[in-house]
Amino acid sequence: MLELAEVDAGYGSFQALFSVSMSVKAGEAVAVIGSNGAGKTTLLRVISGLLPASAGTMTMQGVSLRTTPPHKVIETGIAHVPEGRRLFPRLSVESNLKIGAYIPPAREKFEERLGFVYGLFPRLCERRAQLAGTLSGGEQQMCAIARALMSGPKLVLLDEPSMGLAPVIVAQVFELVRRLRDEGYTVLIVEQNVRQVLKFADRAYLLEAGRIKTSGTSQQLAESDEIRRAYMGI
Amino acid sequence: MDCQLDIFFLEAVLNGLLLAGLFALLALGLNLIFGVIDVVWICYAELVMVGMYGIYAVDKLGVPFALAVLFGIALVALGGVLLHYLVIRPVLDSAPINQLLVTGGVLFVLQAAATMAFGIDFKNIGIRLGSVSVLDMSFSYARIVTFGVAIAAMLLLWVFLQRTYIGIAIRAIAQDRAIMPLMGVDQRRIYLVTSGIGGALAGLAAALMVLQFDIYPQIGLQFGPLIFMICVLGGLGNMIGGFVAAVIISEFIAVGGSCFATEWGYAIAFLFFMVVIFIRPQGLFGGKS
Repeated sequence: MLELAEVDAGYGSFQALFSVSMSVKAGEAVAVIGSNGAGKTTLLRVISGLLPASAGTMTMQGVSLRTTPPHKVIETGIAHVPEGRRLFPRLSVESNLKIGAYIPPAREKFEERLGFVYGLFPRLCERRAQLAGTLSGGEQQMCAIARALMSGPKLVLLDEPSMGLAPVIVAQVFELVRRLRDEGYTVLIVEQNVRQVLKFADRAYLLEAGRIKTSGTSQQLAESDEIRRAYMGI
Repeated sequence: MDCQLDIFFLEAVLNGLLLAGLFALLALGLNLIFGVIDVVWICYAELVMVGMYGIYAVDKLGVPFALAVLFGIALVALGGVLLHYLVIRPVLDSAPINQLLVTGGVLFVLQAAATMAFGIDFKNIGIRLGSVSVLDMSFSYARIVTFGVAIAAMLLLWVFLQRTYIGIAIRAIAQDRAIMPLMGVDQRRIYLVTSGIGGALAGLAAALMVLQFDIYPQIGLQFGPLIFMICVLGGLGNMIGGFVAAVIISEFIAVGGSCFATEWGYAIAFLFFMVVIFIRPQGLFGGKS
């Protein structure tokens, strides 16, 4: 579904990604793990067009992402739940969901999808008139995921969904992500919480200093001594 | 000093409220532009002036007033779009002072162009609506119409911003610019639409003002500073704050003018403004909303 080949990217003269190649197949849940500053967030920003790649090729179902303007990437079926959730705090929950359905093909299906995400997250339905900024952290993460689903994506990019949440809420968030999977979405998730994410993903890539250091099934990575020592503290 | 709680005081209060409609409408467009694009159109009052001359010019050709009004609104809406496209967009990432200076430059260009095209004489379209008397009070129809239309326009904009996809995108962009592409929103298009709406509001204000005021190239200088004062008082970018500030300033002008002399009304309003800004630099309803 998503294919990256030898992608470079950076900020000004600082190069953050070096020749990154990876792929996500339809129906998979793929994790990108790595420490702070390894380039995980940058990778997602490059895929969704917020940051232009400086070399390499990127395609989504055969459509070249490097030649797609940033605001058109969502129309290829990629929805990005950004780091820190980034809801519009002074818009109601429902207005946040409505802006998630901004692209014309999504507008037609707004009512239908609203019913779907409210079914998935009944809590959001209860709070639909509330300003998004007044939601709890876990609810905000629900709202951010729901907003992404409103565009009718095939692939959902999740950037550190557990960031800044209490441990009990983190477990709930991973439960949400698991449900996304079950609903048939393809998921590419970036996490620092390596132990949790490897329990749920099919495959994972380890990113170190902007390079793919290793990759494999979640089980292979979870059993690797190097990863256990460096990222799981075992 | 002649200030008692009599029927003339009530007349002044009500006239202040009617005056507030126009000021609130003028402040609305400026606040919308600042709230969304983060740029101040120093030449906003001059866009209103362009609208007034536009309406005057087609009115002279014998076009019915209602059509002339639509022409004026369309003209200034287009002016707003062009202003954004030609002047603002190239300096969007520049320092705020440069953005102020370029729109300040447009102010002088528009004034000079109006002077060359229409001369420095006072013009008017010859429509004067008269006034209505209630008890011993008198109110001009033009102000009543202006108030009603201004309130209607504000409600219409409010509904647009609450209900439509573009309206919600306009509000969202003011809260988090950077992630708008993730929503599929083309920021440049939203800026153009917002500029067009800001221009249309200035055009509507122009249509209302030709009913009350003579037109001359410097008319913007008469209203411009007052509009900025109202916007800053209400908290720049805060549309509801702008409305409240418009009422406050208009009441100072009307009641102060009635109790002392007209000029004192403006002086008191400015004094109040300075005191508030000294205490609350962000305005009464500080921060954007």
